[in-house]
Amino acid sequence: MPFDVYLNVAVAGVLTGLVYGLMALGLSVIFGVVRVVNFAHGEMMSIAMYIAVVLFSNLHLDPLVMLVPIAAIMFAFGYALQAGLINPFITRPEHSQFLLVVAVAIIIVNTLLIVFGPDARTVQTSYAYDSFQLGRLIVDASKLYAGVAAILVAVALFAFFRFSLLGKAIRACADNYTGALVVGLDVRHLYALTFALGAACVGAAGTMMTLIIDVTPIVGPTYTLLAFVIVITGGLGSMPGALVGGVLIGLTEAFGGLLFTPSAKSMFAFGILVLVLLFRPQGILGKRLT
Amino acid sequence: MTCTQSYPNRRRVLAGAAATAAALAAPAIVRAQGGPLKVGVILPRSGFEAGIGQDCQRGVEIAPAILKSLGLPELAIMNGDTESSVDTAREHAEKLISDGAQLLIGAFDSGQTTAVAQVAEQKGIPLVINVGSAPEITEQGYKFVVRNFPTVPMLLNDELAEQMDVFGIAGVAPKTAVFMHVNDLFGTGMSKGIHGLMAKYNVPYTILDEISYDPAARDLSVEVTKAKAANAEILLVVGRLSDAMLLTREMVKQRWTPQAILSMGPGWYENQYTKTLGKLADGPISLVPWYDPNKKLTTTLLAEFAKAFPDLNMNTNHVYTFEALLIAADAYKRAGSTDPKALADALHATNITDNVSIGPGIKFDAKGQNAGLKCGAVQNRDGKQVTVAPKEAANAKLEWPIKPYQDRA
Repeated sequence: MPFDVYLNVAVAGVLTGLVYGLMALGLSVIFGVVRVVNFAHGEMMSIAMYIAVVLFSNLHLDPLVMLVPIAAIMFAFGYALQAGLINPFITRPEHSQFLLVVAVAIIIVNTLLIVFGPDARTVQTSYAYDSFQLGRLIVDASKLYAGVAAILVAVALFAFFRFSLLGKAIRACADNYTGALVVGLDVRHLYALTFALGAACVGAAGTMMTLIIDVTPIVGPTYTLLAFVIVITGGLGSMPGALVGGVLIGLTEAFGGLLFTPSAKSMFAFGILVLVLLFRPQGILGKRLT
Repeated sequence: MTCTQSYPNRRRVLAGAAATAAALAAPAIVRAQGGPLKVGVILPRSGFEAGIGQDCQRGVEIAPAILKSLGLPELAIMNGDTESSVDTAREHAEKLISDGAQLLIGAFDSGQTTAVAQVAEQKGIPLVINVGSAPEITEQGYKFVVRNFPTVPMLLNDELAEQMDVFGIAGVAPKTAVFMHVNDLFGTGMSKGIHGLMAKYNVPYTILDEISYDPAARDLSVEVTKAKAANAEILLVVGRLSDAMLLTREMVKQRWTPQAILSMGPGWYENQYTKTLGKLADGPISLVPWYDPNKKLTTTLLAEFAKAFPDLNMNTNHVYTFEALLIAADAYKRAGSTDPKALADALHATNITDNVSIGPGIKFDAKGQNAGLKCGAVQNRDGKQVTVAPKEAANAKLEWPIKPYQDRA
C-alpha cells in the first residue's frame, strides 16, 4: 500500500482522537475531583449535539461559532445537575451514585427520543464536504477544525486549573477533601463547578462532533463507553492522559481498520485497554495508587 | 302438598340441543365474522435502522385506501418497534401476539426477521415477511411464515444478471472492482455468495479488495481510504442508509469518484439519502427489488404515495411493505376467518397477478417463498430514481460514468 495511505489514515486518526480526547477530558475532570463516575457522559454530549443541530437548522448558526455558548449552556446544566442531584449522593455508597447517573442517562436518551424522534440529524455547513490537499495528503476540513478546537479548549482548561485561584481550589479539593474543608473551601460549590466544567468540555466536544457524525438519541451510550476506554487507557483523573488516550484510541482504530479489518476497529481499541489494564493499571499518564 | 316438576319433552330437548350447538359454534362464527384482521407490523422504528423502518411504515399508511378500492377487507394495524435489535424484535413479536395480533408483518432486517419468524412459528401466528433476505428463514420448514422478498441467493443471481444488463447498456466491461459491505447477516451472506456466482455470469471484473464494516459505524474514513487505495474502476457496495451517507461524504472529502457505484442493497435509493446529500446523491445505481412502473397497480400506488408524501420518492421499502399488507388482506378475504391455520393455508395459496413489484406476481412455493421476484437497476437522477434495467421495466436511459463529485456545484 502506498505511503500516503498510511499518512492520510494517521492524520485522520489523530484528528478524530483529539475530539474523542476532549470528550473524555470532561469525564476525567469530573472523576479526578468529584470522584463520581459519570455514566451519563455520552448522553450529555448528545444534548450538546442536539442544541448545535437545532441552532444550525433554525438559525443557521455554525457549530464552531456556537462552541462557547453551547459549552456555557452545558456548564449551567452540569452545575445544576451536580448541585441539585448528585451532591446529596456524594457521601452515599458508590452503587447509589452509579444508579443515579445511569437513571439520568436513561432519562436523557428517552427525552431526546420523545422530543426529536429517532431520525438521524445532521449539520450541513458550507465546509461539510471540504478537504485540504497537501501533495498526496488529504485532510478533512471538519475534522481539522474540530481537532484544533479540541486542542484550544484543552489548553484553556489546563491553564484554568494551573494558574487560576479557582482552579487551584478545585485541585485542593481533589487532593485532600478534609483539608479543603478545614481551610474553609466551599467543597460542594467547588464540586458543582467541577462537574459544570466537565459538562462544558463534553458540550464543546459534542458541538464539534456534529461536524463529524450524525446525531441520534441513542448516540450517547456508545460514546460513554468510548470515553471510559479513553480515560482508563490515558489514566483516570489525568487531564493530559485523556487527550493522549483519545489520540491513541483514534490511531489504534484507524490503523486496526487499515491493516486488519475495519469490522474489528473497536476490537483493537479494547485490546489496547486490556493491555493497559494488565501492564499499567493506573493508565498511561495516571498516578499509581498507594 | 303439591309437587310441580317439568319433564323434558321433545320440543325442550330440541331447543336445548339447538342452544348448545349455537353456543359451541359461536366462537367459530365470531371468528369468521369478526371485523378487521389485527395485523402486528413490526419494524425497526428506532435505533440505527430507524430511517428505513419509518420508510416501511409509509407503505403501511398508504395501504388502507388502495386495499378498500380493491374490495379487500379492512386491517387493524398494531405497531411494534424492534429498536434495530434482534432481542427486542423477539420481545415485541411476543407482545404483539399476546395483545391480540392475528397476523404479523415485518421486520426489514434479516436478523430481526429471523427472531420474529421463530416467535410466529412457536405461537402459530402467520408472518408475512415484507423485507428480509436471509435464506435460512424459509428453509426451516415453517408452516406459518411466507416471504414476498428475494432471498440472498435470489438477490445475488438477479443482481449479477442486472449488472451484466447495465454493462451491456453502457457498452463497458470494467476490469476491477472494490467490494464494501456491512458485516451483518445480510452483508456477510451477500459476500459469501458473490464470489461463487461471478463465474456463472461471466462478470468482467476482478474484486481487488473486500472491505467489511460495522453497520453502526460512526466513521468510515479509513474504509474509504482503503477502498480508494485499491484504485478500482467500480465500487460494489452492500450497506444500509446511515453507512451509505457516511461513505458518500467520505468519498467526496477524499476526492474519489469511481466510474460507477453499484449498490446491491438498501440505503442508496432512499429518501433521506437523496434529501440529505442533494446533488451528491446522483449517480449510484441500486440493483434491488423494485416496482415495475408499467404495472397498473403501480400507477395507483404511486398516485396514492404522491398524495400522502409529496416530498418523497416511492421505493422498495414502501412497495414491499404495501404488498405484505395486500397479501394479508387477500388471504383474510379468502380464508374468511381469523383462525391462524386457515390464514396460513390461505397465505400459501396466494396467487396475485395484479401487483406492484417486478416479476410475474405473488405466489409462494412449498417453503413459503415467492420465487418469481425480479430485481431492477435504478439510478439516482436529479433527486429521483429512474429504472434503467431490465428492459421491460425501464423508464430512462443509463448514465455512465457518474459525474465526478468535485464537478458538482
